[in-house]
Amino acid sequence: MEPNDRNEANVSGNPVGRPIVFAHGFGCDSNMWRFVAPRYEDEFKVVTFDHVGHGRSGSSGFDVARHSSLDGYAMDVVELCQALELTDVIFVGHSVSAMIGALATVREPALFDKLVMVGPSARYIDAGDYRGGFTESDIIEMLDSLDSNYLGWSSAMAPVIVGNPDRPHLGEELTASFCRTDPTIAKHFARVTFMSDNRDDLPEVKVPTLVLQCKNDVIAPVEVGEYVRDRLPNATYELLDATGHCPNLSAPDATVAAIDAFIGVSR
Amino acid sequence: MPQRHYEHAACGLLTTDADGRILAVNQTLLTWMGHERTDLVGRRTFSDLLTGGGRIYHETHYAPMVAMQGFARELAFDLVCADESRLPVLVNARTDVHGDEPVVHMAIFDATERRMYERELLAAKENAEYAEAHAQLLARTLQQSLLPNRLPSVPGLEIASRYLPAGTGHEIGGDFYDVFQIGAGDWVVALGDVQGKGVDAAVVTTLVRHSIRAASVEHEPSGALRIVNEVLLHADAKRFCTVVLFRCRVTDGRWRVTVSCAGHPLPVLGTSGGVGAVGRPGTLLGVLPDVMFHDVDLLLDESSVLVAYTDGVSEARRDGEMFGPERIVDLVGRVGDQPLDAVLGQLVDAAAEFGGTPNQDDIAVIAIRPVVVEPTP
Repeated sequence: MEPNDRNEANVSGNPVGRPIVFAHGFGCDSNMWRFVAPRYEDEFKVVTFDHVGHGRSGSSGFDVARHSSLDGYAMDVVELCQALELTDVIFVGHSVSAMIGALATVREPALFDKLVMVGPSARYIDAGDYRGGFTESDIIEMLDSLDSNYLGWSSAMAPVIVGNPDRPHLGEELTASFCRTDPTIAKHFARVTFMSDNRDDLPEVKVPTLVLQCKNDVIAPVEVGEYVRDRLPNATYELLDATGHCPNLSAPDATVAAIDAFIGVSR
Repeated sequence: MPQRHYEHAACGLLTTDADGRILAVNQTLLTWMGHERTDLVGRRTFSDLLTGGGRIYHETHYAPMVAMQGFARELAFDLVCADESRLPVLVNARTDVHGDEPVVHMAIFDATERRMYERELLAAKENAEYAEAHAQLLARTLQQSLLPNRLPSVPGLEIASRYLPAGTGHEIGGDFYDVFQIGAGDWVVALGDVQGKGVDAAVVTTLVRHSIRAASVEHEPSGALRIVNEVLLHADAKRFCTVVLFRCRVTDGRWRVTVSCAGHPLPVLGTSGGVGAVGRPGTLLGVLPDVMFHDVDLLLDESSVLVAYTDGVSEARRDGEMFGPERIVDLVGRVGDQPLDAVLGQLVDAAAEFGGTPNQDDIAVIAIRPVVVEPTP
């Protein structure tokens, strides 16, 4: 399987601009960047993509062995960037993709210029003095709730996705499929995500990194964001005036402003 | 009336601000959860009412859906009640504006029984998946027991075989083949097709295969087929069967092959002098007490390739047309000088391609060709 077959990528913006790659986290798809990514199109070559089994990326590239660790997803990112012949990549990862991006920079440091981690977590489950915010039984309960939710998601509502980056809000055609992922892959991705422990990978991340943290984020609480910052060798930290886990949706202006300041964009 | 309707609606009603803080809640939901209004309004978020797992789902699915599409439907959550018990619910939500502020209205349905039903459905689905995997394994194991693990190495004879199960391969087919030794320089090659599929057919296949082995020790192919017929009739197997047997003997340094057919397509012999069907038709096995078989002797040399096949090859169909013996003869004529494995590979591929996938019937083929034997010192 060719790497660019595994992930459906959308490339837009300035063809000769610096590349900026946006990655979605567990749950939904690249539409999570609809309010943010288009703002970089004047200056940058903007790449959004869907992880395997999500959004427009089919399930055929899913490989249980490869995708049983976040490192497998990081390999996907590296191969995608190579397939698109990107260099000096600015990688912006939301939620678990923040860590996937970090692992990608460890794997292939020369490929990346900067890393933006939006709502990262080094480990979701509490361990000793480390407060991840969840117990193991929370995670098992969540995996269970996926069963209940995906059960109601008939395969008859198969993805009918027509991307239209010009339109900030989702069209009717998208509402049937947004956040509706191949159930088997979604559950597997959930397990890999929430059982992961990447605390020891953080010191290996050498590229300049921005940690974007929200207030009142139940998935990645403030103290987790601070932990990530403290273990990264080269981190900038910004606490956004935003609630929840998805500032890319709830506070796109603040998110864009923070990224701009970090990568040196003046508007 | 509207106020009463709101408070005592048949579902829980909840309104939050854009950050999830509870602005209003109806009495139905308060009663279900055992909360006072003052516990919730202005004090808690919707997310606070969920289990830890539910909070993850809320942040990763519910919140993005509401933000992006302005609604969410039929999301399953467990609410944690005042007494810590769980209330399984289904939630619909849509965005609205109250004054200048964006708000989210939610309708919350008690889904206790639905959730129990879903659990049963899930358990049934898991059982079904397990049972199917088990059945597939069983079918594969049984099928393998009907075919040699690998063909024996016969000095002076190149042998190859191919087997392609019908359809998805989940069901045991009736095709089989076998190669076994009677004595020094004396071997039997058998290929057959028992009517039908599944476990019943497999039982008959086993019976036929072992009967051929036993009967061949003291009988020529036609005599062995006669005995197999009696065994099938006696066993009341209620399934007919076709077989072709090659008795391969080294005589004066050459392979003499005695061919006998029982209701089976005639095998194809390719030589440097030409290609064509060999042997004489005989009676189907397992149907009639009076049967007729013929032994036909062939002398093979290194240019000879003898191919037996089941009707899965010859009767592969496309638009009512059959692959037919002619195409087999033609293919053996064209590529018969290649290694046998390659010959059979092309034959099976051609038939499978002709009939389209998934192939309708099992396909079994076996072929032999004498090879020059270095004299043992």
